[in-house]
Amino acid sequence: MQRETSLATPAIAIEGLTKEFEDIKAVDSLTLSISEAEVFGLLGPNGSGKTTTINCITGILKPTSGTVRVRGLDIRTQGPEARQILGVSPQESAVYQYLTGKENVELFGRLYSVPKGALRQRADYVLEKVGLMEESGRRVGRYSGGMKRRVSIAMALVTDPKIVLLDEPTVGMDPQARRSVWDFILELRDKGKTIVLTTHYMEEADELCDEVGIIDHGRLIELGSPTDLREKYRARDLEDVFIRLTGRRIREGA
Amino acid sequence: MKLGRSLALAKKDWKRILREPAFLFMIILFPVMLTVAFGTSFGAVGGSQAASFNLGVVAQGGNSTSASQFYYDLQATGVLKLASYSDNQTAQSALSQGGLQAVVVLPADFDEAVQSFRAHPGEPIMWTNSTLSIYLDKGSAVTAQVIPTMVSQVLDEGIFGAKSTVQALPISISAPSQVRVKGSTVFQSFAPGLFAFASIYMIMMVAQSFTGDRENGLLRRILVTPTTNVDIVMGSVISYLAIGLFQALLIFACVYALGYVPVGGAPALSVGFVIITVFAMCNIGFGLITAAIAKSAGAATGISFIFLMPQLFLGTFVGSALSPSAQAAGRFLPAYYVTDALTSLWTRGAAVTSTAVLADLTVVSVSSIVILLVGVQVFKKFGKS
Repeated sequence: MQRETSLATPAIAIEGLTKEFEDIKAVDSLTLSISEAEVFGLLGPNGSGKTTTINCITGILKPTSGTVRVRGLDIRTQGPEARQILGVSPQESAVYQYLTGKENVELFGRLYSVPKGALRQRADYVLEKVGLMEESGRRVGRYSGGMKRRVSIAMALVTDPKIVLLDEPTVGMDPQARRSVWDFILELRDKGKTIVLTTHYMEEADELCDEVGIIDHGRLIELGSPTDLREKYRARDLEDVFIRLTGRRIREGA
Repeated sequence: MKLGRSLALAKKDWKRILREPAFLFMIILFPVMLTVAFGTSFGAVGGSQAASFNLGVVAQGGNSTSASQFYYDLQATGVLKLASYSDNQTAQSALSQGGLQAVVVLPADFDEAVQSFRAHPGEPIMWTNSTLSIYLDKGSAVTAQVIPTMVSQVLDEGIFGAKSTVQALPISISAPSQVRVKGSTVFQSFAPGLFAFASIYMIMMVAQSFTGDRENGLLRRILVTPTTNVDIVMGSVISYLAIGLFQALLIFACVYALGYVPVGGAPALSVGFVIITVFAMCNIGFGLITAAIAKSAGAATGISFIFLMPQLFLGTFVGSALSPSAQAAGRFLPAYYVTDALTSLWTRGAAVTSTAVLADLTVVSVSSIVILLVGVQVFKKFGKS
């Protein structure tokens, strides 16, 4: 299934992406175009290929075939330039336990060569936005799981990237923290940023996403806005759509 | 490559060392404890500064003037308890029964050799050449380390005087030592080896650091930023070179406080520290290879011993007490050349431009760079995921 593309260069353009691990086809001929300034939700059961797709977009995984372009830049041949405009918060809370929240955020700003003065201001801003300003001087090793997720998101956003990839951003967060992250994501979208997120929380996708793509067994099986999909399947909510498309069988794998 | 990125990563490593007890122990407490433990065990701390060794002396030419002077000079060290034997067989018997730790046999022409040197100091053709024999207790590593050194020193300085350091002598020692200890404790002959000994543990730290970051997804996370592999490796090199230098300075302060006073002055000290610092690159390389092989930080600790142990036993001070074949094997390890260079510079007083020191520096530099490059390639290929 292919989404209609606009004439403008899409934020992310995936063309015939396939990724195989030995005998497993994690992503199968995925073609997708994500527009600028939208929140795009990549939904799917465990092991459906969401994280593999994200990893191919960042260039950390080399596709078996197909191409990924980030604002027109081929991630395989123009990786450093493409990564300069990406902010990534991975599935696991990849944070340095022995650094403080603020040090983690500033370190990633320096890896993007953000000037020192601007970096301090920007770090304070994103930490404030994810509700960690007061705790930012404490070492991350003493944070709760939800707080680590929030630091991880702040690390992805410190450079004010044009495109943000958030892999299950609100896992382990309490309702208040989740709500503040949602508000921040919508604020970023309103500022013209493109956000691609994966989530297992259908109400999160319903609340945040302008478009969702549902993938299963590495294939894109449905694409559209949450409202359109609800109407198309005459479903109460997005979760109902999701269950109808992917079934009730519990899946294994990440 | 962007230096700012590498420096940011290096600073992150330094913060880790200051904040994580295990790393703090390896970098600061371990070298201090090691130095104090060796100092305590080998004579620099507590009680007499001097260790004591029972040495039998056999003068095959009788009590000549030179033999008497040599005997007196050995006794004057304060470290040796001497016993005079009229024949080698009796002395050997005492040695084999444990009554002695070493026997020195002065040949019959000992006095003649000394006198010929004194009569014609600049004319080797006029000398009577002779060989002094030393028999050691094989079970005593300390004796093997110290006795040949002291005998050589007494012979050089007491019998032949200052000239002996710059020219050939008519008397050679059958079991020559490469170390000439100025002081009188075993610790002082071991001190140069402590620097390589402590630095080698960097292999474990580098391996744990990289495997830990990989396990926690941090390595992947860094690689989705514009940071390149070169930036990451440079960050580690900057960080661990500084750590290596800091560690060396710390050990130096400890050994100095325990009585080890290096000779050679500022140039020798500078070159010594350069060699130790360069050696850190080698340990980073071995650390990267370990991280590429190990699946977890825990496994990295165990696997790092593959690289640690040979260097510890064959490349530092322990090596000098090993069998000739083990010592020959040590020559294939960079740590051996670090210890050798520091011994030459700080204990023997060799010039920084001497062939021995330059050769050691070359071997340490080349091998460290090669091992680092191999480590980077191996980690790049097998270690990132």
